[in-house]
Amino acid sequence: MREVAVIGISCTPFGEKWGCSFRDLFVEAGSLALDDANLSGEDIDAMYVGNMSAGRFIEQEHIGALIADYSGLSTRHIPSTRVEAACASGGLSFRQAVIAVASGMEDIVVAAGVEKMTDVGTGASVDALAGAADREWEGFVGATFPGLYAMIATDYMSRYPLTREQLAQVAVKNHYNGARNPIAQFQQEITIDTVLRSSLVADPLRLFDCSPITDGAAAVIVAPLDRAREFTDTPIRVLASEQASDTITLHDRRDISTLDATVAAGQRAFKTARITPKEIDLVEVHDCFTIAEICAIEDLGFCKKGEAGKLTADGVTALNGDLPVNTSGGLKACGHPVGATGIKQVYEIVTQLRGEAKGRQIDGAKIGMTHNVGGTGATVAVHILGV
Amino acid sequence: MSVARFWRKIPQRYNLIGTVCKTCGRHFFPPRSFCPDCRRSGDVVEYKFKGTGVVVTHTIIRTASDQFEDLTPYALAIVQLDEGPRITAQIVCPPEDVKIGMRVKGTFRRIAADGASGVIYYGTKYVPDE
Repeated sequence: MREVAVIGISCTPFGEKWGCSFRDLFVEAGSLALDDANLSGEDIDAMYVGNMSAGRFIEQEHIGALIADYSGLSTRHIPSTRVEAACASGGLSFRQAVIAVASGMEDIVVAAGVEKMTDVGTGASVDALAGAADREWEGFVGATFPGLYAMIATDYMSRYPLTREQLAQVAVKNHYNGARNPIAQFQQEITIDTVLRSSLVADPLRLFDCSPITDGAAAVIVAPLDRAREFTDTPIRVLASEQASDTITLHDRRDISTLDATVAAGQRAFKTARITPKEIDLVEVHDCFTIAEICAIEDLGFCKKGEAGKLTADGVTALNGDLPVNTSGGLKACGHPVGATGIKQVYEIVTQLRGEAKGRQIDGAKIGMTHNVGGTGATVAVHILGV
Repeated sequence: MSVARFWRKIPQRYNLIGTVCKTCGRHFFPPRSFCPDCRRSGDVVEYKFKGTGVVVTHTIIRTASDQFEDLTPYALAIVQLDEGPRITAQIVCPPEDVKIGMRVKGTFRRIAADGASGVIYYGTKYVPDE
């Protein structure tokens, strides 16, 4: 297998983009990624696009061809493939691109992610997202996505010493980071009080424990490591690309509060990269809800089960802590256009490893990790990137 | 959900019909026709669950999809049935009263409807059993 490097990145500003269509979003992300890698469309061998539910959000399927066409590549007839794994669609899109290059099948490959969520109302959006869980045996009886993660939180808080204030600190920290990220949907810092005074969505989770509904797109370009310097002075190596699956329903898991797919993908990634959690300088985890960041920090092996709340309250995961988590603002503050999130995580880590993150830069960052979850943990993609 | 999609699961949704493997005694809900533990030496037959169990974890849903919005706030829980399998279900009682470890039993209820003139979906909710 060939070693793979990221040679170009881009991400649209995230938010409620009433003036932008699905096509506008991915064309903007794709063309900026090409510019970043000093490439033209002629150089692209293949494309992958992560997208959860264009069928529900804009009533459009066949996204692979659409994205190639509107990127101006229809006359080149390159392979262009949509990848879907709910909220992990972006992470899997990146992994498919890495596999294509590592295998020797392709050289220059685009991994994109895009979601246009605000063209339907909140109720329709909540229902589309519920399709990431089991429609027959969870959604049918009235389970919502916040409701499922709320049941993780209830279980977790009954077994481990996590306080409501520690949980709120996850959102406070991610908003602080988001306020330093120009593409973030939310640019304002909040306090623990902001979280605790927001309305309940699914007990114990409140509005400010939840990631928002977001429009956005991101794109990265991968190439063989031995060719990377043809395109960029700052190639970032892909040290591990791993993926794991678990039961589609939350109720069938071995342990409600542990995402075994995160444990599996994380352990495989550390083994592949031949490093330990201590060597990770920063990590982007899938904080669709505050409790999800707590579980992710533990399940990836950064601390023991039950300790992540204290770690967060003590500032270990803050920008100036020993293990900065979600420097982008995470899903909570940067926004969560579901299919684009996994690619945005790679964008953030590469930006940091290049030293281009300005007000939220982690000085001397050499190795970073991404963690992207589909559903309540039925799919997990983990990547380790290094300079 | 289309009429056929709902109708074909009526035995499970109304009457908790699952399966059990006679070789190892493991119960399945929703039903499986193949035991993942015994594989080809398994002997899987139909089984009607008693409908009794215990709350494993729970929440109160306050923002729901359109079909469930008029029910909010409602209690949702993961229930471990006495035979072993876990299911997700609504608990019918004041939502603040639901606690981990609470015993519950199944009851036939209206679940949702497809608008004013669409299909009415029935199924099993759970009530306190203490």
